[in-house]
Amino acid sequence: MASQDIIARSATTTPSPSVREQEQVAKLIDTTKCIGCKACQVACAEWNELRDEVGHNHGTYDNPADLSSETWTLMRFTEYENDAGNLEWLIRKDGCMHCDDPGCLKACPSPGAIIKHANGIVDFNQDHCIGCGYCITGCPFNIPRISQKDHKAYKCTLCSDRVAVGLEPACVKTCPTGAIVFGSKEDMKEHAAERIVDLQSRGFEHAGLYDPDGVGGTHVMYVLHHADKPSLYAGLPDQPVISPLVGLWKGVSKPLALLAMGAAVLAGFFHYVRIGPNRVEEDEHPSAPDTSVHEVDPAVHVYDPHKPGPQGDQRP
Amino acid sequence: MDLNRRQFFKVAAIGLGGSSLAALGMAPAPAFAEQIRHFKLTHTHETRNTCPYCSVGCGLIMYSQGDTAKNVAQNIIHIEGDADHPVNRGTLCPKGAGLLDFIHSPSRLQYPQVRKPGSSEWTRVSWDEALDRIADLMKADRDANFIEKNAQGQTVNRWLSVGFLAASASSNEAGYMTHKVVRSLGMLGFDNQARV
Amino acid sequence: MTNHWTDIANANLVLVMGGNAAEAHPCGFKWVTEAKAHNKARLIVVDPRFTRTASVADYYAPIRTGTDIAFMGGLINYLLTEDKIQHEYVKNYTDVSFIVKASFGFEDGLFTGYDASKRSYTDKSSWGYEIGEDGFARVDPTLQDPRCVYQLMKQHYSRYTPELASQICGMPQDSMKKIWEEIATCSAPGKTMTILYALGWTQHSIGSQMIRSAAMVQLLLGNVGMPGGGVNALRGHSNIQGLTDLGLLSNLLPGYLTLPGDAEQDYDAYIAKRSPKPLRPGQLSYWQNYGKFHVSLMKAWYGANATAENHWGYDWLPKLDIPGYDILKVFDMMSQGKVNGYVCQGFNPIAALPDKNRVMASLAKLKWLVVMDPLATETSEFWRNVGPYNDVQTANIQTEVIRLPTTCFAEEDGSLVNSGRWLQWHWKGADGPGLARTDVKIMSDLFIRLRKRYQAEGGAWAEPILKLSWPYKVPDDPTPEEIAKEYNGYAVADVTDATGAVIKAGQQLSGFGQLKDDGSTASGCWIFCGSWTEAGNQMARRDNTDPYGMKQNLGWAWAWPMNRRILYNRASSDPAGKPWDPKKRLVWWNGKAWGGTDVPDYKADVPPEAGMNPFIMNAEGVARFFARELMNEGPFPEHYEPFETPIGINPLHPNNKKATSNPAGRVFDSVWDTLGQAKEFPYAATSYRLTEHFHFWTKHCPINAVLQPEQFVEIGEALAKEKGIAAGDRVRVSCKRGHIEAVAVVTKRIRPLQVNNQTVHQIGIPLHWGFTGATRHGYLTNTLVPFLGDGNTQTPESKSFLVNVEKI
Repeated sequence: MASQDIIARSATTTPSPSVREQEQVAKLIDTTKCIGCKACQVACAEWNELRDEVGHNHGTYDNPADLSSETWTLMRFTEYENDAGNLEWLIRKDGCMHCDDPGCLKACPSPGAIIKHANGIVDFNQDHCIGCGYCITGCPFNIPRISQKDHKAYKCTLCSDRVAVGLEPACVKTCPTGAIVFGSKEDMKEHAAERIVDLQSRGFEHAGLYDPDGVGGTHVMYVLHHADKPSLYAGLPDQPVISPLVGLWKGVSKPLALLAMGAAVLAGFFHYVRIGPNRVEEDEHPSAPDTSVHEVDPAVHVYDPHKPGPQGDQRP
Repeated sequence: MDLNRRQFFKVAAIGLGGSSLAALGMAPAPAFAEQIRHFKLTHTHETRNTCPYCSVGCGLIMYSQGDTAKNVAQNIIHIEGDADHPVNRGTLCPKGAGLLDFIHSPSRLQYPQVRKPGSSEWTRVSWDEALDRIADLMKADRDANFIEKNAQGQTVNRWLSVGFLAASASSNEAGYMTHKVVRSLGMLGFDNQARV
Repeated sequence: MTNHWTDIANANLVLVMGGNAAEAHPCGFKWVTEAKAHNKARLIVVDPRFTRTASVADYYAPIRTGTDIAFMGGLINYLLTEDKIQHEYVKNYTDVSFIVKASFGFEDGLFTGYDASKRSYTDKSSWGYEIGEDGFARVDPTLQDPRCVYQLMKQHYSRYTPELASQICGMPQDSMKKIWEEIATCSAPGKTMTILYALGWTQHSIGSQMIRSAAMVQLLLGNVGMPGGGVNALRGHSNIQGLTDLGLLSNLLPGYLTLPGDAEQDYDAYIAKRSPKPLRPGQLSYWQNYGKFHVSLMKAWYGANATAENHWGYDWLPKLDIPGYDILKVFDMMSQGKVNGYVCQGFNPIAALPDKNRVMASLAKLKWLVVMDPLATETSEFWRNVGPYNDVQTANIQTEVIRLPTTCFAEEDGSLVNSGRWLQWHWKGADGPGLARTDVKIMSDLFIRLRKRYQAEGGAWAEPILKLSWPYKVPDDPTPEEIAKEYNGYAVADVTDATGAVIKAGQQLSGFGQLKDDGSTASGCWIFCGSWTEAGNQMARRDNTDPYGMKQNLGWAWAWPMNRRILYNRASSDPAGKPWDPKKRLVWWNGKAWGGTDVPDYKADVPPEAGMNPFIMNAEGVARFFARELMNEGPFPEHYEPFETPIGINPLHPNNKKATSNPAGRVFDSVWDTLGQAKEFPYAATSYRLTEHFHFWTKHCPINAVLQPEQFVEIGEALAKEKGIAAGDRVRVSCKRGHIEAVAVVTKRIRPLQVNNQTVHQIGIPLHWGFTGATRHGYLTNTLVPFLGDGNTQTPESKSFLVNVEKI
C-alpha cells in the first residue's frame, strides 16, 4: 500500500503526503523486440474486464482502429522503407505514457478524478469524473477516451490494482518476447541502455530511449530503433508538451476561482459541459496544425447522447 | 499560441468552475485507499493447466471463484501464465491470454442435439438417446459392411464405410482411449489434424 | 522438434523458414529473443511475406511459395562446393561413405523405377546400398567412390546453381548468397543454427522433401543432436504431437508402430520386416526391439486374451490394402457415396480440409455425422444456409447430424505433448457447461453400449470388441490416471530387467528397456513408457531448475523418449566422446558411462571405442542423406513446382512435363479438372494463420474477435496499383474451385518477384473466418485450396495455389 501514496490530485490544493521515499516505477516498451502479437491488448482487456465492439478491417492490421473507453492499449503498425531501401515494420504499443508531469491531471477540473501515485502511476477515478474531456485536451499523446456508456474518461491504469499488491501490469506479464518490462524507472533506463548497445551493434545507429522531457519524463518509455524520428512510429510526438490551453486556465482562471463562485455556477457548468451545445465554430485564425502538440477543441469530446455512433477522433 | 475568442471563454469558464470545487470544500476524501482499485484475485482458487492452442505447451494458472466447497460451483474468472513454467515463464500470447473467453464462449455446446435429415434446426436430446442412436447406427453399418476377407481370401478384418477424425487438442488419455476403441472396431478411415 | 523450445536460446543463428514462429508460436519465439539477447544470435527469416517474425529479424528475404527445395538445394551445393561442412561430424555420423547400388539413377527429373501410368515409383529396388559379402552395407571412407552417397549428393545438387535457384525462388541472388554465407559459418564445430519451421513446409505437395532438404543442411553443418541446433517442427495443435505419438492415423499404431498390409498374413514375418538388422557392424538398430513394443501394446489392449497362440491378437488388427485411408482418401470415397457414417471429434473438416465446396458436397452424401466438440463448429452446421458463406439447400441434405457437447481443457485432468515432446499433466479447474462430457467418457460409454449389443445380438467379427481389455473401475468413465498408467505400461507377470532388478506383477514399468515380447509386460505406447512409474506421475513434475545452465530442465514434466530432451544428443560429442565445444555440452563419456546435461539418447554404457554411432534408431547407425526407399518421390529431395504453378514449367526440367510437379504427389482422378492455369489465375496464393487467432476456435472468443474482426487478404502495393485496389476495398479472390470475398490489406510487405524471367505476384490469405462464431462472418479460406497432397504424408497443398483477384 505504501507504494500507492497519492502525491497529486486533480483540482485539489490539499497537500499530499510526501514524507515517505517511494520508488518511481516504469514500464519499458521495446519496439525492437515487439512482434505486434497484441497479447498485451488481450491481457489488458481480460484483466480489466473490457470487451470492445467487434469492428471492421479497415485495410490494416490495426484493430480496433483506435483507442476507446474499452480499448486502453493497442498496436499501431507502420510500414517504413528506410534510407537503405529496406522495409521495416514498425510496431508500437500505444496507450497512456504515465507522464511525470501529467497534462491530463493538470487540465482536469474535477477534484480527485485524476490522481498521481508516488510511484508515478497516473490513474483516473471514474467516481469523480464529470466527463468533460479536458484530460484529452491536456494529454499530449491523445490517450483518454470518453465512454459512450457512462460518459466518463478511461485510459490505462498501469494496472494500479496489480502494482499495489506487488504484481506487474497484466500487459507486462503476458508479453511473449519480453518487449514490455516493468520495474523501477532507474532499472528500466539501465535495461534500455543495454538494449541500445545491442541495437547499435545490429546496425541501428539511432537506437535510443524515448522518455520525453516536455512532460517531465514518462513512466512508460519506449526503446526505438529510430529514436531520432519518433514520429515514424504512427505519429509518436517528437517533442510532446502539454497543450498551452492547460497552462492558460491554470494561470489565468485559477485566481478567479478563488473569488468563490456559487453553486449555481457549478450546476450551470456541468450542464454546459455534459449536455450543452455541441457546436463547432470556424476558427477565427486558422493555422497549420502542429503535429507535435495534440490540440483538441474540448467541445468535440463532449458526448452527445442524441448523436448515434462513435464520436471523437476517428483514425483512418 | 493561437487562441480564438470562443476557446478562451470556454477554457476560462471551465477552469473557473473546476477550481471552485476545491475552493468550496468539495475536495475528495483524504483516504488514499479509495483510489486503490480492488484486486480481484484475493481468495480465488488456483489450478494449474496447459494452454490448449498451439504446441508450445505454455503453463497456465486458472483462477476460480469458489473455494471448492460443496455448495459452490467453481467458476473460472481469470487465467494467466504460470511463471514457474520453463518455456512461457508466465507469458501468454493473444490467444492464450484470452482463454477465459474460450471457456465462457457463447458458442459452447451445452446439450446433445440432433439435426434430422432435411431439417433446418437442432432438437435437444438426452445423452442416452444420442449414444444409443450412434451405437445403433454404427453397429448396423459395421454388420452390413465389415470386410473379413479380401478377394484373395486373406484375413483383413476392416471396416471402411465409417470413418473417424480424432482431435489433436484432446488429451493423451482421450486420444489413447479413442484409438483403442476405434481400432477394435476395425476402422481404417482414421486420422487427426497432424494430416492437414 | 529434435530439440525443444528453451533450447533455442543456445543457438547462434536462427533460421525461420516454412513457418512464422513469432505469430504462430509467440511464447516459444521468446527463446529466439533470448538467443539474440544473451547469445548474440542472429535471426534470418525467409518467407513469401514480410511477417511479424521478419519485423524483428536481422535479415529477411522473400521467396516464392513452394520453392524451398530450390533454396536448400542451392545451399547444399554451396556448402559442398565451398567445403563449408563439419567434416568430422559428416564423415563419422552420416551415410556419406555408403555405396549406393549401381542401378540407381536420376534422369531429367525422375529417379529410377517410375511408372508414369500409376504416377508412382513402383520399383524402388535400386534405391539402396550395395551389400557386401559380410551382410553389411559397403562403404568407402575416402569418399572417392563415384557411387558413394557423398559423390552422388554432390552431383545431384550441382545443378542447383545460385542463378537457377534464384530463378526458381524469385529471391535475388545477392540476398540468397548473403544468407548462405551466414548459414555456412555454422559449420564450425561449436556454432549452431536452429531451423524453425511449421505448416509452411508441410503443406506442400513436396512438403516432406522440403523438410528433408533442411535436415540435410543441418547434417552437413553438424547441427543435429547439438544444443541450439536441430530441425524443429513447431507444430500446430496443443497435442498434435501426442496424437501422432499415439498413432491416431490411418496406418499407425501407438509409438510409430505400423498396421500390417493385406499381404502380411504371417505374424512373424510382420515383426521381422519391422526389426531391421544393423547395416554396419556394432550398430544398435533399436527397432530390432519392435516385437517387444508390439506385444506389449497388444497386452495393454487385449490383456489376457492376447496370447502367443493367437499371435497376441494379430487378426484383431485391421489390415490395409492401400498405404492408408487418410483424410483425403476418405473424403474422396465419401464423395463417391462409399462412406455412410463419420465421426468428427474436435475436428472441423469443412474448414480444415482443402476445397470446401467438395468437402461440403461429400458430407452431404453421408447418412449420418457425429460431431463431438466444445464449440458450434461449421462442420456441425454444414447443412445450414448462411447466405454466400454457405450457400446450401438445407432441405436436400439428408444427413442426420448428432452433436455432442464436450468439455474443454479447463474442465478435465490429463496430459498433452508439446512439440518439444514434453508430456505435461494438467488439472481440472471447473465443470463443463450444461451437460458437456469428457471425450474419454463419451468414447467409453459408446464402446460399452456397442459391446453390450454385440454380446446380446452378435454381429460381424465381434471378437476384437468382446475381447478388448476394459479393466477400468467405472467402465463408462475411466479416470485419466488409469489410462495414463496403461499407456505407460506395467508388468503382467514378475519380470527381471537388464540390471537384474525384479518388477513384480502389477507394478508400473520405468522404461521401455523393460518391455518383453513374451506377454509378461503391457504398455499401450512404448515411447511413453517411463511417464507414470512406481515413483508416480512423472508428467506432473514441476522442478524447473537448470543446474548446468543449458536450458534442459530435466525435472520439469517428462519428455519421450526416457526424458531425453534433445534427440541424437550423442552427436554433440566427437567420436572420442568429448563435446565438440565445452560451451555446447549435452552428453559425454566420463570413462565409465555417458551422461551430462541431458539424458543420453544412446546406450549409456557403450564406450566410444566400440564405434556405435549416434543415430541408434537407424539400421545404419548414422544419419541418412540418402533416404533409401523410405520416401515416395526419391532418395534425394528434388524441386518440383506446386501443382498450380504460376510459371507452368519446372525450370530444372523444362522439357519433361512429368517432372513439372511432384511425380508421386497425391492427386485423385477427379481432381485434375479442378486445377487452374496461370493464364486464368495468374497469382500465386498462400494461406496462413495470424497471431491474433487460433485456427477456427478463437473466432468464438469475443476478446480475440475484436483483434481481427473481419476477413481480409494481403496484396502487394504493385499489384494493387495495377488492379486499382486501395486498402480497405472489398475484393473477390477466385480460383478454379470457387471464390471468397474479403477486405484488401494493401502492403509493402509483399513484393513482386522475378521468377523464370517473369514477374510473379503473391497473395496472402489468412484463414480464420467462417460462418459461426463472434467475428464477422467470412468465407472459409480453404474454398480456394486444391484437393491434393504430399506424396508421403498426403498433407494438402494449402500453401501454394493459383488465384485471380478483382476489386468488387
